[in-house]
Amino acid sequence: MAKVILDMSRCKGCFLCASVCPKEVLTPSKELSSKGFGLIHLNEDKECIGCGACYKVCPDYCIEIIDEKA
Amino acid sequence: MNFKVSKHIDLNQQASWCPGCGHGIICRIITDAADKLGVGDRIVTVDDVACGQFGQYAMDYNSIMGAHGRVVATAAGVKRARPDALLIARPGDGSAYSIGIESTISCAMRNENILTIVINNSVFGMTGGQMSPATLYGMKTSTSPFGRTAERNGSMMDITKLLGQSDMAYLARCSVDSIANINKTQKCIEKALQKQMNGEGFCLIEILSPCPTNWKMTPAQSMEFIRNTQSKALPLGEFIDRGGKEA
Repeated sequence: MAKVILDMSRCKGCFLCASVCPKEVLTPSKELSSKGFGLIHLNEDKECIGCGACYKVCPDYCIEIIDEKA
Repeated sequence: MNFKVSKHIDLNQQASWCPGCGHGIICRIITDAADKLGVGDRIVTVDDVACGQFGQYAMDYNSIMGAHGRVVATAAGVKRARPDALLIARPGDGSAYSIGIESTISCAMRNENILTIVINNSVFGMTGGQMSPATLYGMKTSTSPFGRTAERNGSMMDITKLLGQSDMAYLARCSVDSIANINKTQKCIEKALQKQMNGEGFCLIEILSPCPTNWKMTPAQSMEFIRNTQSKALPLGEFIDRGGKEA
């Protein structure tokens, strides 16, 4: 199982990662950051398959993926 | 597989692009492409005066900020002075096709050995979403509030029609609307950088990129717009791919 590491301080709440995540590991939340942007929510109970789609589409470099098998 | 941002992405500061802007995605693709070829330390970017200028805060490369529209010519000059450097000019569609069209065409005619990545979001992004030469027919912008028409505003610019018959080394149109297209864009940039190292000549990659703020859409809707509308009017693909140097 892969692990998603989020840097919330960089997130601007575009939610492109949520739109491409095939397993709903990332979903929009109703929380706001200190800058007033919406924040992404990491669902720990869903299994990340480590496809890297969220990493590739994130325009603000918030996301890193560590695959424990790799 | 692990996914970690390149050491050439500057995480100590943050570019002030709008949420969902395609510029950030394209900068990540450029750094990953350069890392894959192992040439990250040789890259020099020439950024344009517009939204693209924030690339200086996103990428940790040597960079020059050129005069608006003249980044392609500036990159060509740097390449002549420093042939060992790998030059990437990053104008937008307003810069490359309107203000700086003479630089773009002249550099293509001279077959300057540089890579130009045109970020095409079909509007002048930073100044408030005015119509650019690449604005689609029917598209509403702040200077075409009833939609662009050929009768009132002239023909839409398609750079592949303009430069399609030229002797430049590589001409392609890519997109960042889906993961598959993001991967293809990275492959095209790798190919163009390799061509520059081979000394083949002028490479231009146009990347269809979202501008959610000026398109007045959510980031996910703007990706849909690229997929369903923009890439239909401006088809994706490789239009010129000359293998090797011509005698």
